[in-house]
Amino acid sequence: MVEEIITSGRMTPEVDPILHIWGWEIPLYLFLGGFAAGILFFSALFTLQNKENRYSMAVKALPLAVPVLLAIGLGALFLDLSHKLYFWQLYTNIRWESPMSWGAWTLMLVTPLSILWAASWIEDLFPNLDLRYDWLKEAIRTIRQYQKPMAWALIVLAVILGMYTGILLSAFNARPFWNSAIMGPLFLTSGLSAAAAAITLLTKEHAERSLFTKIDLILIAVELFFIIHLFMGFLASTQVHIQAAEMFLGGEFTVPFWVWVVGIGLAIPALLEILELRKRFVPTYVPALMVIAGSLMLRFIVVEAGQASRWLY
Amino acid sequence: MRYAMAIDTRRCVGCSDCVVACQTENDVPVGYCRDWIVESMSGTYPELQLEIRSERCNHCSDAPCVRACPTQASHVGKGGIVLVEESECIGCKACIASCPYDARYVHPEGYVDKCTFCIHRVEKGQNPACVDVCPTHAMIFGDMDDLNSDIAKLVARRKWKTLIPEAGTKPNIYYLL
Amino acid sequence: MSKHVNRREFIRLAGLGAAGLTVANPILDWAKGEILTRDTLPGMYSKRTPTYCEVCFWKCAGWVHHNEKGEIWKITGNAEDPHCNGRFCPRGTGGVGMYYDEDRLKTPLIRTEERGKQVFREASWDEAFTYIAEKMEMIKEKWGPECMALFTHGSGGHYLGHMLQAYGSNNVAAPSYAQCRGPREVGFIGTFGEGVGSPERTDIRDSRCLVLIGSHIGENMHNGQVQEFSELVDKGGTVITVDPRFSTAASKSKYWLPIKPATDMALLLSWIHVLIYDELYDKKYVEKYAYGFDELKAHVKNFTPEWAYGITTIKPHVIRETAREMANASPAVIIHPGRHVTWYGDDTQRLRAVAILNALLGSWGRRGGFYNPVKPTVPKVKHPPYPKPKRDWREAFPDKYKLAGLALASGLCDATVPNVERDCAIKGWIVNGTNLIHTLPNQKNTLEAIQALELLVVIDTMPMEITGYADVILPECTYLERYDDLRVSAHREGSIALRVPAAEKKYNTRSAWEMARGLGIKLGLKDYFPFKTQAEELDWQLEQMGSSLAEMEKIGVKKFARPYDDLYPLEGLPDYEFWTNTGKIELYATQFAMEGYAPLPGYKAHEEPPYGFYRLIYGRAPMHTFSRTTNNPNLHDLMDENTVWVNPKVAKEWGLKNGQAIWLENQDGVISSSSIKVRVTERIRFDSVYMVHGFGHTNKKLTRSAGRGASDAELITRVHVDPEMGGTGMRGNFVTFRFEPAEEVIA
Ligand SMILES: Nc1nc2c(c(=O)[nH]1)N[C@H]1C(S)=C(S)[C@@H](COP(=O)(O)OP(=O)(O)OC[C@H]3O[C@@H](n4cnc5c(=O)[nH]c(N)nc54)[C@H](O)[C@@H]3O)O[C@H]1N2
Ligand SMILES: Nc1nc2c(c(=O)[nH]1)N[C@H]1C(S)=C(S)[C@@H](COP(=O)(O)OP(=O)(O)OC[C@H]3O[C@@H](n4cnc5c(=O)[nH]c(N)nc54)[C@H](O)[C@@H]3O)O[C@H]1N2
Ligand code: SF4
Ligand code: SF4
Ligand code: SF4
Ligand code: SF4
Ligand code: SF4
Ligand SMILES: [Mo]
Repeated sequence: MVEEIITSGRMTPEVDPILHIWGWEIPLYLFLGGFAAGILFFSALFTLQNKENRYSMAVKALPLAVPVLLAIGLGALFLDLSHKLYFWQLYTNIRWESPMSWGAWTLMLVTPLSILWAASWIEDLFPNLDLRYDWLKEAIRTIRQYQKPMAWALIVLAVILGMYTGILLSAFNARPFWNSAIMGPLFLTSGLSAAAAAITLLTKEHAERSLFTKIDLILIAVELFFIIHLFMGFLASTQVHIQAAEMFLGGEFTVPFWVWVVGIGLAIPALLEILELRKRFVPTYVPALMVIAGSLMLRFIVVEAGQASRWLY
Repeated sequence: MRYAMAIDTRRCVGCSDCVVACQTENDVPVGYCRDWIVESMSGTYPELQLEIRSERCNHCSDAPCVRACPTQASHVGKGGIVLVEESECIGCKACIASCPYDARYVHPEGYVDKCTFCIHRVEKGQNPACVDVCPTHAMIFGDMDDLNSDIAKLVARRKWKTLIPEAGTKPNIYYLL
Repeated sequence: MSKHVNRREFIRLAGLGAAGLTVANPILDWAKGEILTRDTLPGMYSKRTPTYCEVCFWKCAGWVHHNEKGEIWKITGNAEDPHCNGRFCPRGTGGVGMYYDEDRLKTPLIRTEERGKQVFREASWDEAFTYIAEKMEMIKEKWGPECMALFTHGSGGHYLGHMLQAYGSNNVAAPSYAQCRGPREVGFIGTFGEGVGSPERTDIRDSRCLVLIGSHIGENMHNGQVQEFSELVDKGGTVITVDPRFSTAASKSKYWLPIKPATDMALLLSWIHVLIYDELYDKKYVEKYAYGFDELKAHVKNFTPEWAYGITTIKPHVIRETAREMANASPAVIIHPGRHVTWYGDDTQRLRAVAILNALLGSWGRRGGFYNPVKPTVPKVKHPPYPKPKRDWREAFPDKYKLAGLALASGLCDATVPNVERDCAIKGWIVNGTNLIHTLPNQKNTLEAIQALELLVVIDTMPMEITGYADVILPECTYLERYDDLRVSAHREGSIALRVPAAEKKYNTRSAWEMARGLGIKLGLKDYFPFKTQAEELDWQLEQMGSSLAEMEKIGVKKFARPYDDLYPLEGLPDYEFWTNTGKIELYATQFAMEGYAPLPGYKAHEEPPYGFYRLIYGRAPMHTFSRTTNNPNLHDLMDENTVWVNPKVAKEWGLKNGQAIWLENQDGVISSSSIKVRVTERIRFDSVYMVHGFGHTNKKLTRSAGRGASDAELITRVHVDPEMGGTGMRGNFVTFRFEPAEEVIA
């Protein structure tokens, strides 16, 4: 028998026996960040392909939501800070080694850009809108001129942002479950998939829906591939990583993960989407909502599980 | 200069005096602490082994907490002591997540706190409070770079280990076996 | 909790000091008018005041440090003090919590309803003293002053004892005798003519082999002893630990002998057998100093390791090997006498066996064995002679406990329980600094005694179980707020230590000195209290010793060089006369024989746990002292409840899970009033369960500790009384597990 007893005032649920520092705020922030990144990515991509009119939900309409999503995400992050009055310190420092720092800076760049981006589509979306002020009209006109370069910038930033939501976690060597290079691509894919699902959910255009359903299917396949690789990687690694993986293979996270994330978030919607593409009647919103919910659950479960995984000594 | 601590697991009886002393010295709020005791037992009655360790921040030479910090709140101070500057800390807790030893906690006032190696005492030429209180003299503090220091000599003479060396943090607390 | 100067601020101040800005700070404060409103005690800024610790009875001397507001910040050891060598134990370091505990008793209280119910009204000191004095006068008139008794544990006892003796009673007892080390003192006095004393005269520092029989040094945090123990371990000395539990000490031992509890006597006798029959003992020493060797040799003839194996479960070869280890280290070897030795009722005899082993190994009076302590004499305050009491507690027990050297707390309690055969049942108690409900075994008996009392005065700092039964509660200030009796230490070097108030009294409390005097004056005993303040009295005492209060306030501890070079008086085997009847070390105890007790220790089998029951054994946790620290805000957190240690085999049998809350029921059907969590651990034998003493408080006024963990005292209903000296053996109780609490008793 092995017995480990810790004596200290440290036995607060906040720190020990499992570190429990991040509640709902951080996973929500990561989800919204990834989701927004996905939306911007598709919007910018199809702008560069000059398909803005064909896929107008993806390119023009949905980006309107991005500043809101980012604002909510940043709000969640802010809520999580325990020393809030010093928030501004984030922006008096650039720390390349700290994912938190470059995440904050990426958001600092993405958020205003996303506002401009949304503004640039405003006249397309609302042709009857009276902008009232001339300077505003002038400004929007100027912005529109830079749509292409903005799209280039956004594509890069969206990938960074999407990856960042995963890398923030994977950079923590101290938490074996997070400590996998696959986290970044996995979260990026998951964000893109959620965005694609949102587009299928909202668009009225058949062509757009079917394209993004296909895209989503591919993304789901990629995501499943990443997940399998994630666990294979862990199982082939050190004892602590094996233990971390075991939380999902029989341990406390088995049901939530395999049912919620893999089942409801990936496998079932994928089947439904296949049926849909084969012209079986499936209400679009069902798989779409499932994918978005699954993407959110992924963040919650990964953030939670990472905190429960620790080194042994 | 590289400040370090050697903790003799043979001498330590796990009394937790070091925890209490740290608490009063550094005004650590009740319910929190910067150091703690681990009693790790293995075996089957009556073939048993027990290792008792007094643990705290390892003041890692390659400190992931410092790297994870988006501000400069977590930083490396004199002699390699890893410190948190309260007025720069935003409480994002990235450093807590990055520490494999769970050495940090969120102070009720919001900033993140941890062992400072009692820098306020060390600067005056004193030992950290926990070192000075330990009834069994299980702890030694000093400069590992000074080959004539008690700690360097002791570490050279005795068998020792550090905690989770495979995490790559290069801890500066040596557990003498 | 108080705030001392914030660390960061401090660094800043220190950094800016050169620029002269630190000086500017108070000026700024003054400019803002703040300096006037600060609750600073004059002249206390960054000062330290001397004290000695009152968290246990090791009495380490230390310093109380103050923060910039003059508040108590921290306590550290006094480097000159032989008890602590500059380092306090966790309890002493956490002593600040005794002062800051908001649950403290804050003002005198007088009962308004029946005993046991916590219904009190606040009273003035004068009112309280008048009430007590009237009752005491009544008791004196009706039954005689001998019917008052004082139970006391701690530094104030001296003054209260003085008051009681002036009043006319000798009945002063501490639980540290009959519930603690009494049998040890009697066993050693019967052998060497001298007791072991406190701090123990064990020369662990220089020893090469230490044998611990139940003493769990490391969990038992008696400071100097722990320090020397660790040093011995570090130096590679041999430690042999005999304990049914894998204690901290056992984990550091070369040999751990996981003995079946209650069978130590068999092991000791077989060790004696091996030492004698394998001729491993110190022949010259025994020849020169010992009396009764031949009788002993004949007596232990059949106590072979093989015989002991069947009883103790310790293998014969281990018994032989360990005996040889001891002999190899002789005379630098200590068979530690332990301290809390009231276990099975034959404890005096067991400690006799320990003393005999030490004698055979020649360790008494030799380096690395038992040194010869010196103690400075402190002049007594002059006062009229005490009236001569006509009787004392002994009369209640004719022909019993004849070797008891001190009054028995349990004896006083028994003598209070109404009994047709005893004409003077005790009628009034003053209880100072001892929580008798948790301290005396057999609570039912204690409560019966309490119900028979005409007066129960409790002097304490905290609302405890015993205060709930008081007629009058007198709140003492904590040791950090008072002067006290000088600590006079018997050690390798004699020393005295001073305690002065480190802070003004936080509440409407008084010190024992002030209470003894105040009550004494009410009783018309003014002449016995010649000094108006305690500071004056201490100053006078110190002056007689060539010091002064002023000097002692600066140094805290004063050492006195040994008058003779006799730390190890038997080194080199000089002629020596022991304080025994024969003037020799009595392997055969003539004093015992004369009083009708066995002169040589014999083996007696003790009752074993019935089926489904486990022997209840208990001990200390390093961060707590009995029941007094479990509510301490600084220490509570480190161990906020005790657990019951259960061997995994037993746990499996009962389906017990780690951390599961259960109740314990003893052989007499007594069920623990609170639940206790199970700790499934290999560190305990399968025939016993273990718990730390001092938990399971029932007084709801203890906001942190009430109802947390369970009380071992509650389950100790069977007491095996030591016939020689009246020690209360407490480890003959057995418990079983219950999954639901006792049913509510409807009153
Ligand atoms: N931290 C702390 N330290 C203290 C105190 C405190 O309250 N807290 N109190 C002080 C006081 S006043 C005293 S008297 C001492 C007491 O300290 P000790 O004299 O060391 O204590 P004991 O109660 O004799 O021993 C307890 C040990 O005996 C073991 N034991 C139980 N039954 C048996 C048995 O049948 N045979 C053997 N061989 N061992 C057995 C238990 O497993 C436990 O390890 O501690 C002192 N030190
Ligand atoms: N079941 C069981 N019973 C035991 C023991 C055991 O291990 N188990 N151990 C035995 C031993 S070895 C001993 S020595 C005794 C110890 O027995 P006690 O000395 O009675 O031990 P405590 O329970 O600490 O009670 C001390 C009381 O003193 C109070 N107090 C603390 N400081 C002060 C002060 O400055 N002034 C005053 N007036 N009061 C103060 C505390 O609040 C507390 O109520 O218990 C014995 N009884
Ligand atoms: S004070 Fe010393 S002996 Fe006690 S737990 Fe800490 S290191 Fe160990
Ligand atoms: S122990 Fe943790 S907090 Fe301390 S330096 Fe290392 S990583 Fe940072
Ligand atoms: S919580 Fe404070 S110290 Fe820790 S990483 Fe965030 S800003 Fe840095
Ligand atoms: S070095 Fe100082 S801050 Fe660190 S654990 Fe020891 S007492 Fe606490
Ligand atoms: S041993 Fe600890 S509790 Fe006892 S007097 Fe010394 S410091 Fe105080
Ligand atoms: Mo005791």
